[in-house]
Amino acid sequence: MSEQLLRVEDLRVSFATDDGVVRAVDGISYEVAAGKTIGIVGESGSGKSVSSLTTLGLTRSRTTTIEGRIMFDGKDLLALDEDDMRKIRGNDISMIFQDPLSSLHPFYKVGAQLMEAVLTHRKVSKKKARARSIELLELVGIPDPERRVDNYPHQFSGGMRQRAMIAMALANEPKLLFADEPTTALDVTVQAQILALLEDLQKRMGMSIVIITHDLGVVAEIADDIAVMYAGRIVERAPSREIFDSPQHPYTWGLLRSIPRLDLPREDELTPIPGRPPSLILRPSGCFFHPRCPYVQEEHKRIDPRLEPVPGSSAHEVACLLAPEVRNELWRGLGAGDPQEHLVRLAAGAGATLSAARSGDGEPAK
Amino acid sequence: MAGVLVVAALIPLGLLLVSANWAKVTGGIWVLAAIVVGVTLLTKKGTFMERSTMGGALAFVSMPTFWLGFIVLLLFASDIGKFPILPGSSTYVGITVSPWHWFTALILPWFVLAATQAAIYSRLIRGNLLEVLGEDYIRTARAKGLPERTVIWKHGVRSAITPVVTVIGIDIAALLGGAVLTETVFGIQGIGLLNYNAISDSDLPIVQGTVLLAAMFIIVLNIIVDISYAWLDPRVTYT
Repeated sequence: MSEQLLRVEDLRVSFATDDGVVRAVDGISYEVAAGKTIGIVGESGSGKSVSSLTTLGLTRSRTTTIEGRIMFDGKDLLALDEDDMRKIRGNDISMIFQDPLSSLHPFYKVGAQLMEAVLTHRKVSKKKARARSIELLELVGIPDPERRVDNYPHQFSGGMRQRAMIAMALANEPKLLFADEPTTALDVTVQAQILALLEDLQKRMGMSIVIITHDLGVVAEIADDIAVMYAGRIVERAPSREIFDSPQHPYTWGLLRSIPRLDLPREDELTPIPGRPPSLILRPSGCFFHPRCPYVQEEHKRIDPRLEPVPGSSAHEVACLLAPEVRNELWRGLGAGDPQEHLVRLAAGAGATLSAARSGDGEPAK
Repeated sequence: MAGVLVVAALIPLGLLLVSANWAKVTGGIWVLAAIVVGVTLLTKKGTFMERSTMGGALAFVSMPTFWLGFIVLLLFASDIGKFPILPGSSTYVGITVSPWHWFTALILPWFVLAATQAAIYSRLIRGNLLEVLGEDYIRTARAKGLPERTVIWKHGVRSAITPVVTVIGIDIAALLGGAVLTETVFGIQGIGLLNYNAISDSDLPIVQGTVLLAAMFIIVLNIIVDISYAWLDPRVTYT
C-alpha cells in the first residue's frame, strides 16, 4: 500500500448566489498515491473543476462555503491560511488549464512568465532563473528554446503553448499536478503528444497527476484510477481497466456509449444520454441521475444512493440502487446490442432495487 | 507597470508646459492617484470606504466644470470665499514673474480640472480591471502562487491600463487645446479664454487659429497613443 500523497475527505463546496445555493461539490472523497494518476471524468457542471481549484485554495471567498478535509503531505489544506497556501501553489502543487492562449498573459514574454514561476518560490538570480526557463522549455520538447524564451504567447502554436504552460507548472518540481482539460483545446494529434509528454514527465519526476476531463479517451490513455462525477458527487470509482471492462453506473455506460468508435460499423448508432445535467441549486430528489436513467424505478426517485463496493472487486465502488447482477446483465445486453425496451423490462422485472438494505428516508442502513 | 510609468512621466511634463502663458496641463499627479485609488478600492469591493469613494467619484464626474469652479471659488478664494486660503480668480501670473504666485494661483483651477478627470480615470480603471480579473491568465497567476498584490498590479493593471492610455491622450489634447470653462471662471489668460473672447467678438481669424491649434494637438496625441499601443500590447504590430 503506497503512501497516499493526496487524500480528499468528504469535500463539500457551495456558492451562495442570487439564484440560490449552488452545491458544486457535495461530499466527494478520493486519494492519489505518489507517482500515480487519477482521472476525474464528468460533464460540464459536474463539479470536477471546482474540486481541484478548491484544493489549491482558489475558490475561497466570502460567498463560498467549504467543508471537509484535504490532506496533503500530512497537512489539511483547507485549514491553511492564504500565506501558507501561496507557498504551496506553483511549488508543491501546480495546475494547468484548458486554453493555453488565454491562460498565459498576452503582454509578457513566455520566458518572463516562466521566470516568475521560479522566482516566486526560489531565491535565485535572474540569470539562473532565465537559464532554468530555457531548461524547462527544452524539457517539454520546445525546439530552439534559447530563442523561444523571448517570444510572446501569441507567437507559439497551440501545442507549444500548452507545453509552455506545463513547463511553467513544473518549474518548481511539484509533487502533484492538476491538469484541467489540458487537451480539450488542441488537435487530436497534438493531444496525443501532450499526454505522452505528461506521462513521460510523471515517470521522470515521480509526480502525481489529477487529470480532469470529459473525454474518456484521454483517461484511458493516462489514468491509473478513474472517478466519474455527476452533479457534484462521485458516482463510480475504479481502477482504469475496470471502468472500461465492467462499468457499473448507467451514467458511465452512457459516457462510454457516446464515444464514436472506428472499430464498429457505421450504421451503429451512438446512444447519447438524454436530457441535461441537473441544476446544482435545485437537484433531483433521490438518485440525482434518475431523470435521465433509462432503468429508473419508483424507489430511485426517493432514495439517494451512497458509494458502495462492487462485489468481486476490491477497489471498485459505485453509487447505484440497481442490484449488481442486474447491472452486469444490462451492461452485457448493451454491448450485445439488445433492444432498449428489453433492457428496461429487465431492470424493472428483476426486483431491481436493493430495498432490503435501505431505510425509508434514503440513508443506507450501514 | 508600464502604464503607471507613462502616467508618472506626465507629472514633470505637466508642470513644464504650464510655464508658458497659454495653457495648463494639470492632473498628472491626479491621474496617478486616481489610478491607485481606483485599483486599490476594487480589492475592497463592497466596503463602506469603497462605496463612498466611488459615489464621490460619480458625483465629481457629473458636475459641470464651471459650476465646480464657482463653488470652489466661493469656498476658498481669498477675496470672496468663506475660507479664504487660496488666491481667487484673475490672479494668474506667469511662472517667470513669480513662481510661488504662479503655483498658488493654479491650485484651485488645478483641483477643479483634476477632480473631474480623476473621477473618470478611477471609474475607468476600475471597470477595466474588474473585467480583466475574470480572465484565465489571472487564474494562472494565482495558481503560480503569486502574492495577490502582484496578481492585481503586474498582471491585472498591466492589461487594464491600455484604454486608460487612450483617454489620457485625448485628455491632454483637450487640455492643450484650451480648457475654456476653467479659464473663464478663474480668469486665466490661456488659449481657452482667448478662444472664448474671440468668439464673443466674432474675431474669426483668432478662432480659426485656436481651433487649428487644438486640432493639431488632438492629431498629434492620437498618433502618440496609437504608437504607444504597439509598445503596450505586443500583439499589435505596425506594417
